[in-house]
Amino acid sequence: MADMVKVTIDGHELEVPKGTTILEAAKRVGTEVPHYCYHPGMSSPAMCRLCLVDVEGAPKPMPSCVTTVMDGQVVHTQSEKALANRQGVLEFYLVNHPLDCPICDMSGECNLQDYVHEEGRKQGRGREPKRVFGRDDFGGDVLFYGDRCVMCTRCVRFMSEVEQDDRLTVVERGNRSVIDTFFAEGLDGTNWHGNIVDICPVGALVSKDFLHKARAWDLTHTPSICTSCSQGCNIDLHTRDNLVQRIKPRENLDVNGWWICDHGRHDYEWMNRGDRLEAPLARDGSTSRATGWKDALRGVLDGAAASSGGVRAIASAGSSNEDLGALRALVDALGGGEIVYRSARAADEIPLKGYPTLARRRDLAPNTTGANLMGMTRVGGDDATGGLEGVASHEGVVIVLGDRLDDVGADFGEKASLYVYLGTHDVPGASAAHFVLPVATHAESEGTFTNREGRVQRFEPALQAPGMARPAWLVLGALTAERTGGGVARTAPDAFAALGSTVPAFSGIGYGDIGSRGAVVNESVSLTGD
Amino acid sequence: MAYPYVSDHEVRILSKHFGDPLQRRVDTYVERGGYGALKKAFEMGPEKIIDEVKASGLRGRGGAGFPTGVKWSFMPKGTGKPHYLLCNADESEPGTFKDRELMRWDPHQLIEGCLIGAYAIGAQHVYIYCRGEFFETNQVLARAVEDAYARGYIGKDIMGSGVDLDLTVHQGAGAYICGEETGLMNSLEGRRGQPRVKPPFPAAVGAFGMPSTINNVETLCTVPHIVANGGAWYRQWGTEKSPGTKLFCVSGHVNRPGNYELPLGFPLQKLIDDVCGGMRGGNALKAVIPGGSSVPIINAEEVSRCTLDYEGCVAVGTMLGCASVIVMDETTDVVKQVRRMVDFYAHESCGQCTPCREGSAWTARILRRIEEGRGTEEDLDTLMDTTQQMVGTTICVLSDSVAAPVQSSINKFRDEYLALIRRGERVGAA
Repeated sequence: MADMVKVTIDGHELEVPKGTTILEAAKRVGTEVPHYCYHPGMSSPAMCRLCLVDVEGAPKPMPSCVTTVMDGQVVHTQSEKALANRQGVLEFYLVNHPLDCPICDMSGECNLQDYVHEEGRKQGRGREPKRVFGRDDFGGDVLFYGDRCVMCTRCVRFMSEVEQDDRLTVVERGNRSVIDTFFAEGLDGTNWHGNIVDICPVGALVSKDFLHKARAWDLTHTPSICTSCSQGCNIDLHTRDNLVQRIKPRENLDVNGWWICDHGRHDYEWMNRGDRLEAPLARDGSTSRATGWKDALRGVLDGAAASSGGVRAIASAGSSNEDLGALRALVDALGGGEIVYRSARAADEIPLKGYPTLARRRDLAPNTTGANLMGMTRVGGDDATGGLEGVASHEGVVIVLGDRLDDVGADFGEKASLYVYLGTHDVPGASAAHFVLPVATHAESEGTFTNREGRVQRFEPALQAPGMARPAWLVLGALTAERTGGGVARTAPDAFAALGSTVPAFSGIGYGDIGSRGAVVNESVSLTGD
Repeated sequence: MAYPYVSDHEVRILSKHFGDPLQRRVDTYVERGGYGALKKAFEMGPEKIIDEVKASGLRGRGGAGFPTGVKWSFMPKGTGKPHYLLCNADESEPGTFKDRELMRWDPHQLIEGCLIGAYAIGAQHVYIYCRGEFFETNQVLARAVEDAYARGYIGKDIMGSGVDLDLTVHQGAGAYICGEETGLMNSLEGRRGQPRVKPPFPAAVGAFGMPSTINNVETLCTVPHIVANGGAWYRQWGTEKSPGTKLFCVSGHVNRPGNYELPLGFPLQKLIDDVCGGMRGGNALKAVIPGGSSVPIINAEEVSRCTLDYEGCVAVGTMLGCASVIVMDETTDVVKQVRRMVDFYAHESCGQCTPCREGSAWTARILRRIEEGRGTEEDLDTLMDTTQQMVGTTICVLSDSVAAPVQSSINKFRDEYLALIRRGERVGAA
């Protein structure tokens, strides 16, 4: 092919498209050339000088992040010359670096630490006093430790190229260069600035929210999906002691690139709440009795068998595809009926200008598309209130999944012959329920969401569900199986497969094939556009 | 005797009118034949001008010595984009003071050179980026440009040729690094004066993202003379590979420091002894930096073998650079001298590239420690090693300029470093 070039990197011969940088090409043979200033989502100023590699025939070491491969080029990233160069540059980085790793939040996931351990000098030669900048509050969630900065300018470029709101700059020059804000408000009022903490290769930019909260090596990283809007940003939940400590974006070029918004980043406190429902409650008027799952499920089934007048259900667009599918199946098994859901919508979208496919969407629920695909109807206003009059007056079976019913009275569901509430918390709106069943949050269970463009994406359990709380798909699936005499889905993949057999949009997607970038449902989903 | 000092050895072409305030006036300049070369250039056409400059062998006077005609021929043709000629008048190299003199004594010579150059490369606009600290020079230039516009030497349809050219004098804000060609472009565009990664080279993507050529003041001042008299005429001076004359800025411990225009290939020893009237107070020569502070220092023995052309300097392990000859006699403290230069570079480093940003300041601190008698012999090894790490590892060559004086002085004047270290050890300072 005319636009392919052959290049040899560390003895591996490979063909890459013309215009590929050496650094990108090296990734293909499994070599990560150390770098700071290069980031795939931004321009490369080639100023950190750490990614210099040894190119045969070149008079000087070449910056691999901006040097494009040439046909027949032979590159060494591990040659004596290349290693000596990196060792030298790393020594320069330490000339003024405070080496305060023991009190630095970045310690354990710091590129400077890693590179110096791997390739740096074993013994320092610096005897001179270091220059000191101290600490600065950049506004928003960001603290700046100037002494740790390696001057890669990723943060400056993120704000100018990706968020496109120039709030940061380099002031002064030489080794007096320091990152600074323009005005007193700093990063206040920007919506994506949390990302500069992620892309800072060292501990110069740290999150106030995470400051001194946990050591990086104590954190467990679990892939998940952000539930703050219908974009479906890929995230990692970082947990310790069964608590989410912070949220970090997970790369998915089809959805969010490398970024997430600040709202989503800090939307995790609710996952750590301790006031959770921990056991199924059987309720009779004013008395509630904690019970076991077996008794509770038997009670629900008996109540349903004795009911007439059909089924009405309220779902939540914050529930997973599996939960919603299991609800659909149960409602159908009980004779069928309307399922409604309510979801909040913001007045405006918050776009990330430099990544056009990413925005904080108006639709603030993660699985509206999934609910719609399962034939559920959105009711109520943009503040997720109202619209439940029909259910409130229903005299047959009422099932509520996930909706917190903040705007209804204690008499909600009083007329129902059987009222089952499935949620994470006992709420006033469930006062008249016959059974209140504890279910797990998405952070505690496995499953999928369908984002606004119809992309099905998996999340994994990061936390242990409290007490006897179980995933809703398991609870609802057990009820359906018992009612119909069919098999029960015991795992999330089974629950997803069951969904595929009843909802055409999900048929043909294998749970194991969804992968890290998600899989788009197989019917054209009309985008909500928000 | 005129203009601070002159010498019989000089061949005064560019500097002919140094010291004559009348030359600044456009009337005088025209009376003396000024703007004749421009008229001739319009008759010759761009290609013949470039051929003539190529034939003259004129090499860039900013320091690198790249053949000017060849550089001009790199400019793309028929791109439909605006082209720019940039004149680098950000003369900041310590020890250099030739461009300032060219501009303040003979501004129209530069303007004429700029216009011919712009016409040759198909540029529509010339920017003279003048060093910020040159207040008087900036004023002289501004006045000259105004006069030239008024007389129709710049502007629309210059001298009835149908050629339109504009010229802007841009005053810098005082940063050494803005004399680096791409740093200059960034500064001109209103950005931080930081050198850009090459490629792309300025001829492809230069000022304002457009094809640009950048030449030194002295280079452009030479152009009218070559156009007027021909390339062969220019070759009567200098050597085969370094033809023509060059301004030498001599400073330091000589009796008559100053600007001297000499044919290239002139012996350095003769420059000191004959042209500059010998060493101050009859002192012995210790060292010379022949090309501005960024080039390696040479000792007295090397001085005696050095001829002042691009090749002659390389032969003794240094470079001609911009021909700023800094002469030091036996009383000079070489370590202090080098430390001061490195301090300068550490201060002027733009801060982009790590080896330069951290290395230059670190080197300065180590040198300061040695100078204060708190150094050790290992420091010299560290200096040689870390400065080597600064050579060829950065975007521009400022970092190489730190290494040159440090390494050359440790190699040639190691005794002086050791003397400071030993003295410190004796008094227990280390």
